[in-house]
Amino acid sequence: MCVGVPGEIIDIDGNEALVDFKGTRQKVRIDFVDDVEEGDYILNHVGHAIEVLPQEEAEKRLELFDEYLESLE
Amino acid sequence: MDKKELAQRFSKKIKDLCPEREVRAIHVCGTHEQAITRYGLRSLLPDNFDLKMGPGCPVCVTPARVIDRAIKLARKGLTLATFGDMLNVPGSSSSLSDAKSDGADVKVVYSVNEAIKIAKKIDNDLVFLGVGFETTAPSNAAVLERGVPSNFSILTCHRLIPPAMELLVNLENVNFDGFIAPGHVSTIIGEDPYEKFVSEYDMSTVIAGFEPLDILFAVLKFVKQIDEEIIQLENAYERAVRPEGNIKAKEALNRVFKVVDAEWRGIGEIEDSGLRLKDEYSKFDARKKHDVTLEESRDVHPGCICHLVLTAQKTPKECNLFKEKCTPQNPYGPCMVSEEGECNIWYQYGERPSL
Ligand code: SF4
Repeated sequence: MCVGVPGEIIDIDGNEALVDFKGTRQKVRIDFVDDVEEGDYILNHVGHAIEVLPQEEAEKRLELFDEYLESLE
Repeated sequence: MDKKELAQRFSKKIKDLCPEREVRAIHVCGTHEQAITRYGLRSLLPDNFDLKMGPGCPVCVTPARVIDRAIKLARKGLTLATFGDMLNVPGSSSSLSDAKSDGADVKVVYSVNEAIKIAKKIDNDLVFLGVGFETTAPSNAAVLERGVPSNFSILTCHRLIPPAMELLVNLENVNFDGFIAPGHVSTIIGEDPYEKFVSEYDMSTVIAGFEPLDILFAVLKFVKQIDEEIIQLENAYERAVRPEGNIKAKEALNRVFKVVDAEWRGIGEIEDSGLRLKDEYSKFDARKKHDVTLEESRDVHPGCICHLVLTAQKTPKECNLFKEKCTPQNPYGPCMVSEEGECNIWYQYGERPSL
């Protein structure tokens, strides 16, 4: 219940968006996030988007971890 | 880049930097506990580093009295809608699921929006039981501000995480070095509410995401602080947490709710740790709209040590009923019910030492 789930916006209708969660589509309210567009990733909490997530590639994130670890050597 | 290899490198660095004394961090989020237990992250930490869970499970900390009230309302003939987990939480002597078996109209919804849709379709009065922390409360604020049908009311039980963290700091028999702070709660409240843990209590505080590597990254930052003796607040989940949090959501919370002292199941009352609807919303406040008489409630059932698990004083394994009398199929205490409860998580995943 208290779990945040990321999903991709497929369509926007006013304050509501159709969001794809790995194949399952659900309507999510977008009152709390500014200027979202189709293709953006949001973090859904019980039917409301609470944040827009930057879509840096997963690979990029791993590289950042790698760089951080390197910097401590 | 290989995730397993990165995890091993994180593990090695954490072990290198961790001082030899006992170091302990507390996290306050069921989703963190899930990742930690499921991926066996504790096995990657040094033996003298203890990572414990605090009261980060909304279903677990909802007082029996709130459940009792919901049961009474449902048995009285109202339609009661709530999240699936809430059905199996034991109240003082029974659960919503018992009421449902006896014929009460109890409906499972995944969001308040869905409850409103149901209310629009029926004539009966519908009560939505909405529990949760700072992440869940904004959705209830939003629907009330937009307007709801007249047969809809809400029984809220919202609790705030920072005051519960402060309670832990002040518990005499809980000693620890700092917090791994919850990512999604932080998405709403931002960084400010944690400042006092650093400035007043000298506690390292690192905001963490939810992937196994996110958590190891946060733990490494935590250990590095202890090693260098530089205690500070760090955000290790920048991709979802802005320093100021989500301003729109915070403003909606302030308009609809007031902060009040609140009861946490088995733990007791914590100052300024709950949200109640403001008077303007009385019409939709199930507590005011529908009168019921409640008997004295019972939060802790004999033998259950959930309240000690929630305050990081004990682990599920220390409970004699764990896996015996208490299982997810037949939960005896609230921590066994939902996927955010530590007993449930330990039951499901054990302590798998792999990644
Ligand atoms: S195992 Fe069950 S009875 Fe024991 S502490 Fe957990 S919830 Fe309570």
